[in-house]
Amino acid sequence: MIINERNIKVWSTIGSRATFGIAALELAKEVDNLMVLTCDVSTSAGLDRYRKIYPDKYLDLGIAEQNLIGVAAGLASEGFNVITTTFAPFQTIRCCEQIKVNIGYMKQKICMVGIASGLTLGNLGFTHCCIEDVGILRTIPGITIISPSDSLETVKALEAAIKSDKSIYIRLTGSSNNPIVNDKDYTFEIGKSIKLREGKDLTIFCAGAMVYNCLEAAKILSEKNISCSVVNMHTIKPIDKDAIKKASEKSKLIVSVEEHNIIGGLGSAIAEYKATLNNSPKQLIIGVDDIYSKGGSYKFLQEKHGLTPGKIVDNILQNLK
Amino acid sequence: MDISKDIEKIKNFSTEVKKNILEMAFTAGASSSHFGGALSIVEIISFLFSHKMKIKKNNPNWIDRDRFILSKGHACLAYYAALCEVGYITKEQIKTFEKDDSDLLGHPVINRKLGIDFSNGSLGMGLSLGIGVAIALKKNKKENNIFVILGDGECNEGSVWEAAMAAPNLNLSNLYAIIDNNNFQQTGSNKEIMNTDSLYKKWSSFGWETKEVDGHDIEKLCKIFEESEQSPKPKAIIAKTIKGKGFSFSENNNNWHHAVLSKTLYEQAKKELI
Repeated sequence: MIINERNIKVWSTIGSRATFGIAALELAKEVDNLMVLTCDVSTSAGLDRYRKIYPDKYLDLGIAEQNLIGVAAGLASEGFNVITTTFAPFQTIRCCEQIKVNIGYMKQKICMVGIASGLTLGNLGFTHCCIEDVGILRTIPGITIISPSDSLETVKALEAAIKSDKSIYIRLTGSSNNPIVNDKDYTFEIGKSIKLREGKDLTIFCAGAMVYNCLEAAKILSEKNISCSVVNMHTIKPIDKDAIKKASEKSKLIVSVEEHNIIGGLGSAIAEYKATLNNSPKQLIIGVDDIYSKGGSYKFLQEKHGLTPGKIVDNILQNLK
Repeated sequence: MDISKDIEKIKNFSTEVKKNILEMAFTAGASSSHFGGALSIVEIISFLFSHKMKIKKNNPNWIDRDRFILSKGHACLAYYAALCEVGYITKEQIKTFEKDDSDLLGHPVINRKLGIDFSNGSLGMGLSLGIGVAIALKKNKKENNIFVILGDGECNEGSVWEAAMAAPNLNLSNLYAIIDNNNFQQTGSNKEIMNTDSLYKKWSSFGWETKEVDGHDIEKLCKIFEESEQSPKPKAIIAKTIKGKGFSFSENNNNWHHAVLSKTLYEQAKKELI
């Protein structure tokens, strides 16, 4: 795909879901054996143009996510490069056992794209939010999990997933007018985190839409003479152990920030590895504190669950005392 | 057309399949095996592997083979037994059934060298896989068929009906769902546990070319599959079967859903086969 300033701005405006649809459209030009499968969500996933232009590479299976995964696995077993997509809770939890058996156990290669994960759809309630997907999928062997930080990274992740021989879950967070984290082209490598800001006091690991919030938090902290590294941990599984080890050697505090339950997600993945290190610093895990709260707008829920830059700063300051 | 030779061949194949089943069930010993539900599909699986399906004896991975999915994966005794008769699995290998580190566990695990195309065991998943394969083969302009065996108890699973609804919508004339209608499931009869009532009406109303047949009558199986062939719809064959078929102690006796075959009964069964 052509990556330039204009496209980065457009993708940011339309958000990660619609950007996914554009990226799929571009991929279909090059990838002969591509198949995109959905469950009656083509518009929500930005696939309206795709389904018109590539009807032979598109399949809508209706509102039936268990069948979606089985059909995808059958196609994959015959050599098709399959993307499945629907809203994150239905893409992951609804058909969890089909994912376990077909993708994990049977090792059929599929790229799953969970749209509107995290708290984006908070005003629709927690049936449509998804704070569990990473935790659940992380326990299934053989599935890579990527949480892109912005729309450009969504493009990068999808391209990488199609080239990869591994099954990958791409977790899309953020809404339209998705803030830009990456303002120019860069090297994206699955499993290799990206340090976006260098600092000496503490290290913040973050993923998805939280990366932007953490960069903002780091700016506020620097005004208070606290110097933060901010690391975009776009791949949650396999976790970038080297980055955690290096950060643990020089930081007073490790912080993880995620739009997910604090159980099972990015924070847990970091803690699981960090626990094996000698003399590693304390970790502050910021995320949804294992609760289904009352719903509301994306902004309201970020505020409520301590995920805005200001709230992240407050939490870090409390833990530095 | 005289098909008596074919019928004889299939019958002989099914006798050998039963012998292999006895060997494996006996070898499993105290770990038990799903005996009853394997015996109910012996004639069906024998018909498929010795007659109906396009396969190559010397190449389980032949690209132009018909595909087989045992959605009721617990009936794998019959599957392994058939693969052994085809020649993909040796007589020695079947004796590793359910042993430590075996390739032949109590539910099939994908192993293309042994002719096992897919992993199954968790009920209600095989038909969806079959749909994916059927679409793929059509897209690749292949004329092969996909045969999926499901259980009637398995039809309790909602995912079966997601798939059942999708296949006619997708015009998958190359897909066969064979429902082993032995009227029992793990802990009782279908009627006691979850009455599926008329499977014929259900599959038919979902848009499948549906036929009912005695699943142990090889001649009728040949006929019904031939009759269905030309239909542009996906095919559902409701096979009326007897759980534990073939041995006096196990027929229609649901204690044999998952049970230990003792030395005494193993010897008795071998005599009954002759």
